[in-house]
Amino acid sequence: MIRFADVTVTYDGAVTPTLTGVDVTVPEGELVLVVGPTGSGKSTLLKTVNGLVPHFTGGTLHGRVVVADRDTALNPPRELADAVGYVAQDPQQGFVTDSVEDELAYTMESLAVAPDVMRRRVEDTLDLLGLTSLRHRPLRSLSGGERQRVAIGSVLTAHPRVLVLDEPTSALDPQAAEEVLAAVQRLVHDLGLTVVMSEHRLERVVQYADRVLLLRPGGQVVDYPDPAEAMAVSPLAPAVVDLGRLAGWQPLPLSIRDARRHAAGLREQLADAAPPPAPPPSAAAAVAQVDGVTAGYRDVSVLREVSVQVQPRDIVAVMGRNGAGKSTLLSLIAGQQAPQRGTVRVAGHDPTGLQGPGLIRTVGFVPQEPGDLLWSESVGQECRAADVDAGAPPGTTWTLFHDLRPDVAEATHPGDLSEGTRLTLALAVMLAGDPQVLLLDEPTRGLDYCAKEQLAQLLRRRAEKGRAVVIATHDVELVAQVCTRMVMLADGDVVLDTDSRSGAVSSPAFAPQVAKVMAPVPLLTVAEVRDVLPQEVPS
Amino acid sequence: MTEPPRLLHPGAWWLWALGLATAAARTTNPLLLLLIAAVAGLVVAERRVPGPWSRSYTAFLKFGLIVIAVRVGLEFVFGGTGLGVVAVELPSVPLPSWLAGLTLGGPVTWDGLLGALFEGLRLAVILICIGAANSLVNPSRLLRLVPAALYEAGVAVVVSMTLAPVLITDIDRLRRARRLRGRSTRGPRAWGQMALPAFSGALDRSVALAASMDSRGYGRAGDQPARVRHLNTALVVAGLIGVLLGLYGLLTGGTPGSPGSGLFGWPVLLAGAALAAAGSLLAGRRVTRTHYRPDPWRLPEWLVAVSGLIPAAVFVALGANPELTGPASPPGWPPLPLVPALAVLVAALPAVVAPRVPSDTAAEREAVPA
Repeated sequence: MIRFADVTVTYDGAVTPTLTGVDVTVPEGELVLVVGPTGSGKSTLLKTVNGLVPHFTGGTLHGRVVVADRDTALNPPRELADAVGYVAQDPQQGFVTDSVEDELAYTMESLAVAPDVMRRRVEDTLDLLGLTSLRHRPLRSLSGGERQRVAIGSVLTAHPRVLVLDEPTSALDPQAAEEVLAAVQRLVHDLGLTVVMSEHRLERVVQYADRVLLLRPGGQVVDYPDPAEAMAVSPLAPAVVDLGRLAGWQPLPLSIRDARRHAAGLREQLADAAPPPAPPPSAAAAVAQVDGVTAGYRDVSVLREVSVQVQPRDIVAVMGRNGAGKSTLLSLIAGQQAPQRGTVRVAGHDPTGLQGPGLIRTVGFVPQEPGDLLWSESVGQECRAADVDAGAPPGTTWTLFHDLRPDVAEATHPGDLSEGTRLTLALAVMLAGDPQVLLLDEPTRGLDYCAKEQLAQLLRRRAEKGRAVVIATHDVELVAQVCTRMVMLADGDVVLDTDSRSGAVSSPAFAPQVAKVMAPVPLLTVAEVRDVLPQEVPS
Repeated sequence: MTEPPRLLHPGAWWLWALGLATAAARTTNPLLLLLIAAVAGLVVAERRVPGPWSRSYTAFLKFGLIVIAVRVGLEFVFGGTGLGVVAVELPSVPLPSWLAGLTLGGPVTWDGLLGALFEGLRLAVILICIGAANSLVNPSRLLRLVPAALYEAGVAVVVSMTLAPVLITDIDRLRRARRLRGRSTRGPRAWGQMALPAFSGALDRSVALAASMDSRGYGRAGDQPARVRHLNTALVVAGLIGVLLGLYGLLTGGTPGSPGSGLFGWPVLLAGAALAAAGSLLAGRRVTRTHYRPDPWRLPEWLVAVSGLIPAAVFVALGANPELTGPASPPGWPPLPLVPALAVLVAALPAVVAPRVPSDTAAEREAVPA
């Protein structure tokens, strides 16, 4: 269905090619997963499929990409619209119209499909993706998962034979990701569509893949017709695969179900294993206090009578669905918005009254889009500005950043950094003032496993220094790795406030993969299993 | 009317609004102008679509008030010609001889002020009519009216309109981020430093949208040669320019002393319309796009369009009638002429005859805060 023949892609002005010598054939009807660290060229590979690379992005493509018997060198993306459906990372940015039904019809309008055929296909697609109840809704009012399904539907109506999805679930909460993946599964199984997708959250998709393309540093692509083989060597792997590698299971399990079947022996062996002791509850006075707070927009209350306390050395995870009020809680603590009722105190101050260096030394907040905090021309300039803002000695920010990313040059433009590096820079900028409380909103949405591990280490060091961290996140693996406490919000209320270990084992929704495999043994991460495992077990 | 709820054809609303605007352009009588604004407001209150655009009427109303204030303010600064009853005596500033036509300061008269007020009011009411149209029709639905030959240009306009509100939320986000870094969020320096990231964000968004449109078949070449396509576009553009010039002629026709009111007007309007229609028909023959569920044009559309065009026709037919002129010199209480007033009231009919807006487009309020 798709043939990459010796494809090399070099962007204009780049010294080294982004992809080199890609020689892969994708047969019809497969779900192909593209795996690689951030910035390794996953998006570039996906964009070659419908010719966006090089027709739209510029650069040079050597070799040949043939899709559904059409050469992308001769057909620009618009002429391939009836053969390849391409959905970009942020579907909202690709919407042309403003209601669900019009958006579904847009591609067909461009392809001059006859009106009666259009009408029929829109109805089919509404059913296929479960969008019927949304047909008249404005696109702006949709949730993330609904948006992603509309974006998929809007290219499906043209009846393409290949669907290309760039990180379809990375920005979604677990429930929304389920919706989207179920829809994709149905397309592969019922319509025989060929799907090529990339995804950071491998734990969500790897068990569905028929084939894995692994991107190597330097732009080589290795083709693994068996995903388990790819996972055995991949530097990026979900926790369940890491556990399988540690225990030496063959074939390597990709799903919880497979792993549980292998794990019976391991569970027996570790039946008496005790989890690492929980840190004693901190006796220190709370550094951030939210007391009976009601907050929201105009007449809508997002939070109702919520009380949360954060002690020094705490790493608190704030969890809950999209729209449950996680971001509102963080912006209350940062003083970005005032409560309608109740009080918020951070280190004894009302945070809305803080500004300038006083604010920076009390609260640091990295918003969902870390790039919002960066507006200088170069990394070095950004760091110097942060030193001045925080009143820190010159070089503080640069040292913080350079320790984590020694490979990034001072002259680099912040806009050219990868997602993970940009987050690191924003963190360094915020940590220049050594704030009492550090707030992070969905920090892991664009991060691969290595970047996530680095973030976890940094947060642990903050806690060791006696500072507090609050993270709004959906990522149960991150919570299991670093968090000491878990607060769950639902419908404006706190429905759970407990230490993260008992939270994680209390409900499958919060359980990380290792906990699901090892239950009832109370171990949450691969590292914990490694620590209690006797040394002679092959690893 | 037992018409089931549906969205009216955008063209009907725009014809209605432009008809009212035309009537407003032909009068400075404050009573008639206020009546027009009230009629537009009534219809908007009854039939506006949900969503951010429905606030256009109020936004344009406020903008109109600013226009009036500016116009009257200018009269104070430059209007000191001294004809009529003096209201305020301002010190006169002598200007160099090469600015002979202008006066700065001097006696400000009631006549001049009232004249300025009426002219400002006329401009404000025209703006209000446009605002009403925006409240009644989502601007992106206008794209359906753009002739095929101008489709590309239409997309550009609609896209920039949808990007503008996004730019505002972007700037809000950047302001909040500035506070987090301990910088001030006020003053020209803050705005200067926020402008660059805001615009680069908007640019990134446009590029993402362009990539999406390209992958979804936008701008596919039809089977028509490029030369013919360019000819069609030229025809339509020339035709539309003709229509605009003709309308300008008609609108200013009643004002004595306006340049070329004989040349512009009906002949140019008709010639322009013919050119544009020819271009559109030719372009329509290449079937490179189809329309999904095109809006029907039924009885309510006819009623709405005609009810807006009636005041326009009456006001144009009356020409330079003294009853349509606001009594500025000498100042007096404006008359309320019966025929024009009734004509304006006809334009209130859509508040009843237009079908109701379907309630499921009101699902906006279920929006989940991201």
